[in-house]
Amino acid sequence: MVVPWIRDALGPRRALHAMLIFIFKRLGFMAITMLLVSAILFALLETGLTGDVATRVLGPYVSQEQRTLWREQHGYDRPVPVRYAEWVGRFLQGDFGESTRFKTPVATVLWPRLWNTAILGFWVFILMVPLSIVLGVLAGMREGSMMDRTISVISIITTSVPEFASTVLLSFIFVFSLKWLPGTSGMTSGFDWQQLVLPVMVLLLYYFGYVARMTRASMAEVMTTDYIRTAILKGIPYRDVILKHALRNALIAPFTVIMLQINFLLSGVIVVEFFFGYKGFGALLLEASLNNDVNLIEACAMISVCIAVTSQTIADIGYTYLNPRIRFS
Amino acid sequence: MSNSPSPIASAPGSANWLIRALRAIALLRESPVGLMGAVIITFWVLVAIFAPLIAPFDPNASLQPMAKPFTEFLPIDGKPGTFWLGTDHLGRDILSRLVWGSRAVLFYAPVATAAAYAVGIMMGLAAGYYRGWIDEVLSRIGDIILSFPVLVLYIIVIATLGASPLNIILAIVFASAPGIMRIVRGLVLDLRNRDYVAAAQTRGESAFRIMLVEILPNARGPLIVDACLRLGYVIITIGVLGFLGLGLPPPDPDWGGMINETRAMASIFPHMTVVPCVAISSLILGFNLLADGLREISLRD
Repeated sequence: MVVPWIRDALGPRRALHAMLIFIFKRLGFMAITMLLVSAILFALLETGLTGDVATRVLGPYVSQEQRTLWREQHGYDRPVPVRYAEWVGRFLQGDFGESTRFKTPVATVLWPRLWNTAILGFWVFILMVPLSIVLGVLAGMREGSMMDRTISVISIITTSVPEFASTVLLSFIFVFSLKWLPGTSGMTSGFDWQQLVLPVMVLLLYYFGYVARMTRASMAEVMTTDYIRTAILKGIPYRDVILKHALRNALIAPFTVIMLQINFLLSGVIVVEFFFGYKGFGALLLEASLNNDVNLIEACAMISVCIAVTSQTIADIGYTYLNPRIRFS
Repeated sequence: MSNSPSPIASAPGSANWLIRALRAIALLRESPVGLMGAVIITFWVLVAIFAPLIAPFDPNASLQPMAKPFTEFLPIDGKPGTFWLGTDHLGRDILSRLVWGSRAVLFYAPVATAAAYAVGIMMGLAAGYYRGWIDEVLSRIGDIILSFPVLVLYIIVIATLGASPLNIILAIVFASAPGIMRIVRGLVLDLRNRDYVAAAQTRGESAFRIMLVEILPNARGPLIVDACLRLGYVIITIGVLGFLGLGLPPPDPDWGGMINETRAMASIFPHMTVVPCVAISSLILGFNLLADGLREISLRD
């Protein structure tokens, strides 16, 4: 994957070299971030910095002896660095330990939940990306036009209604008033697409506006450039100017923003899954936190940071690949 | 953008702050969107200030459970009144809770945002002015905190530290300061090479004074826009935490908590949940519209 413009500037071999160095740097940074996050998490939850671990796991109503016994059994009397190293080793092998809430290994609860959230996220993205890009391009095409103003105001309004408010408002409309959709998404009797509609709609409403506004800003900027003006003055049909000339450059910036939505969406699913009772990853993280299920909190937090950092790394590498103006350093 | 002084800050330095504030408000006329935002915010600020006068009942008093909106309240003793927005499952007047709840959100959100700004500005000034290893360390810390999905961070912090107003503010500072640092750092990197900074350095002014007196005031335009947006986010955060049951402790009214307490009954008594939802959304909308208007005005200049 050698970027054409770097190949032209540096020659094929050095270009490949530069790209590889950049990718390895990003991957290295990603690994360091994950490691530091894991250290912070471990320090917060397992070292007694914010309260005794045994009390957190066993609850407040156990005797001192039981706590001591539990600590011995789970190796908590050993020094912190040893425990941390062992913990990292276990995590790297995919062994997240036992969940105290579900009384099973964390992995058996975690992966199905993550899959459910992936389904939810998939539908949100499939609908959000085309919608927000079309709206953003339409708005940015003619800055200050009626279309631009309308789309901008609509996207401000939808991003101003937080997810928890739109869950309530949308279920008020579609569940209680119109009775079109089910109010919970527990999927207790198998997969039901109707139960997926409201969660997807809530997330879509909250997140499309931001991408649309970013696309609009990028499009509006491109429309003021000389080459677009030249293309218009040359008499190229307006449609072709937009589709063939403007779009290519206008969509570089939104690409990064769309990747950033994955990070935001990981926050959004917590609220939506909690409200609709959807058996997903976000609801699991919340349940783990409210029940002090240390192993489960750690696994969920590491997974969500991993997803966030990976999407960010892909965004950075992709952005460099697409945008010739960024320089390697 | 920081090159030309923002119009919000363009009044002569000799004029006092009142005239400058009035001019900023007058400028808003140019942007109907921003004006609309300012009107909404002003409305809620007035509601919060005059809460004791507006609220018809004590927000925590249990009067008559599950009354629909416009129910007349006729107590055996005490003065009669009307539950304009109904009551909740514990018989507390929703209008009064809404009015008093605006105090909570309009107190904690600005305090948390200001605290986050204080930390973020310090970090950003240090990183942008000194560069080198300070910049490297601060930026890396910021990158790591920002790599967390923000609500995951809040939930872990609040779940480990416990839900209290102070911890909520701390969590907001922890999660927002890096973003503010990035913006300030970017502005400082641009401003530090200006002539007036060089002049101050030649005069022998201290680095601290240069950062706060020479650089910071010239970065305020973009920061004011960002602060409006961020206030909206902080209001969402406080609301979300209340909604998830990790918010300000009961019984004092808090909009997010009101939604959470009554959402189980939303199918029969929708007014209990819908009213605070509309309130919090309108306030956030106010800040977002104001931010948009201010940005529009500052770009036009």
